[in-house]
Amino acid sequence: MPSSVDEVDRIPLSARPEWSDVRPVPQDDGPNPVAPIAYRDDFRETMDYFRALYLADERSRRAVDLTTEAIGMNPGNYTVWHFRRVVLESLNADFHEERDFLDRMTMRNAKNYQIWHHRRWLAEKLGPEVANKELEFTKSILDLDAKNYHAWSHRQWVLQSLGGWENELDYCCMLLEDDIFNNSAWNQRYFVITRSPLLGGLQAMRDSEVGYTTEAILANPPNESPWRYLRGLYKGDASQLISDNRVSELCLKVLKTSNSCQFALGLLLDLLCYGFQPSEELRAVVEALRNSEQDTVSSNLAATVCLILEITDPMRSNYWAWRRNNLPSQVR
Amino acid sequence: MGGLEEEKHARYIVSVEKKKDDFEALVIEHLRMNGAYWGLTTLDLLNKIGAIDADGVVSWVMECQDKDCGGFAGNSGHDPHLLYTLSAVQVLALLDRFDVLDIEKVSDYVAGLQNEDGSFSGDMWGEIDTRFSYCAICCLSLLGRLSKINVEKAVNYIVSCKNLDGGFGSIPGGESHAGQIFCCVGALAITGSLHYVDRDLLGWWLCERQCKDGGLSGRPEKLADVCYSWWVLSSLVMIDRVHWIDKEKLTRFILNCQDNDNGGISDRPDNAVDVFHTFFGVAGLSLMEYPGLKSIDPAYALPVDVVNRIFFRK
Repeated sequence: MPSSVDEVDRIPLSARPEWSDVRPVPQDDGPNPVAPIAYRDDFRETMDYFRALYLADERSRRAVDLTTEAIGMNPGNYTVWHFRRVVLESLNADFHEERDFLDRMTMRNAKNYQIWHHRRWLAEKLGPEVANKELEFTKSILDLDAKNYHAWSHRQWVLQSLGGWENELDYCCMLLEDDIFNNSAWNQRYFVITRSPLLGGLQAMRDSEVGYTTEAILANPPNESPWRYLRGLYKGDASQLISDNRVSELCLKVLKTSNSCQFALGLLLDLLCYGFQPSEELRAVVEALRNSEQDTVSSNLAATVCLILEITDPMRSNYWAWRRNNLPSQVR
Repeated sequence: MGGLEEEKHARYIVSVEKKKDDFEALVIEHLRMNGAYWGLTTLDLLNKIGAIDADGVVSWVMECQDKDCGGFAGNSGHDPHLLYTLSAVQVLALLDRFDVLDIEKVSDYVAGLQNEDGSFSGDMWGEIDTRFSYCAICCLSLLGRLSKINVEKAVNYIVSCKNLDGGFGSIPGGESHAGQIFCCVGALAITGSLHYVDRDLLGWWLCERQCKDGGLSGRPEKLADVCYSWWVLSSLVMIDRVHWIDKEKLTRFILNCQDNDNGGISDRPDNAVDVFHTFFGVAGLSLMEYPGLKSIDPAYALPVDVVNRIFFRK
């Protein structure tokens, strides 16, 4: 991992006059290191000098600079980040400048817990004025990796603590246009429709969201996230789920066009378990999917669905067999 | 492809190769406490922990304790944090050396990190994550001091992180992720609160993590990774749904991730190995009762005999 002086050969600290007053403190690995580690010389030296300043609790500009070097070599070292915060606070530092530094570090280390936590600490200090900048920044990280868990956690915190909900649903739409399989974007969609103070909540949004989700599924049926999202839209309301024709019609459409789509069968199974009465057309489509060599026959459509899934989704055959053996009594 | 290379993995753990330019070695200095827990637990599962200088380890662990607040750091000279406090307590549990601990002091440190809403901060800097709920609850339970926290609030906070798919995220509204699910389900299991989990719904989400290659992923549409052999599998065991995955295929995936020459296990086949993935691969095999391995407790992530020793002693 390059330090902040990427292109130039690093001058050892021991050769820099401004550090001549410091006695570096070596790492104590103990007599028999449990997890012995090989060190690179310059990293070892940087950490020895860091330890000296840390133990002396020196809160100076050069201490900040040293943490910059140490972080550049090992951004996961949380003690270095702690000390940096302590020193920045003591020096009453320019937090906007710190933000610029952090932006650069985050781009290179986007999956590092310490960096994102430092970011949160900074954003808390800077307040609502940075809400949009933080959203822009997480967007730039998500442009590189649209499923970065840290970026999403940070984005959710920004929205809830600093605001900026106005364009969030649009942002989810954009991400899903890029990659309809992005589970993080589907999760964020649910986050927005249930928590945004600018929208009406789940009940109010359900109708349009069912429409959106149905389109997404039809475009790409073997996609786990929207099938789950669809169920989530009816959370706790099984009667609404089975009475919304769009849901059962979706299953029918997918089963007619996609060769035994697991997710369509799974949702159909759930509908049947909730008491849904299938049309003749739906029955016929399911029957047609049944492996004609199957010994077990069932007049019970739900059981038939389970049998099909046991064959077409063999990795989870135990799960589908369990479903078949645990159908609600009125469905048997 | 053969079986588990027990000897080679043990040798790999005991002496990580000394490569001067190996950057990976540099980045884990501050989390050596985690590394010690992963390495030692793996050795114990392989029935090879006798090779370790237990006294040396114990004195190093105690050097990592902050004498003021009682918390443990990732290494000597670092700041205390919940993550390393749990690992330290787990290491001492493995070596049956709770005698060196001032249990009240450590527990007070952990309990002091609980927030008003029941969540836990990782340390004085206030980062909140359900991982820390697990660390606190697991640690206090091992020390027999769960009563120092507000368990009801802790549980309520975890439940507030439950999602529509039955899974859990790092914060309320956070995407369900197998690692966070392990932490939440583990914490709920330890506090006797598994009734808050919809076992069938979550069990289904978890078994859907099994990919075509037999490995487990952490979220929908992500790649399989050996560490999920632990996070997903232990969660399934805790909610009694482990029979919903194809164990044979998973076993083969883990074994395919071994370095058959030098030992160690990697995240996926043919990648570089590390102690982290070696631990989770062996732990996953243990959960599936792979022959020759000690049993591991899915909630405490320690060998069952270690957990029994602690709880039966009380």
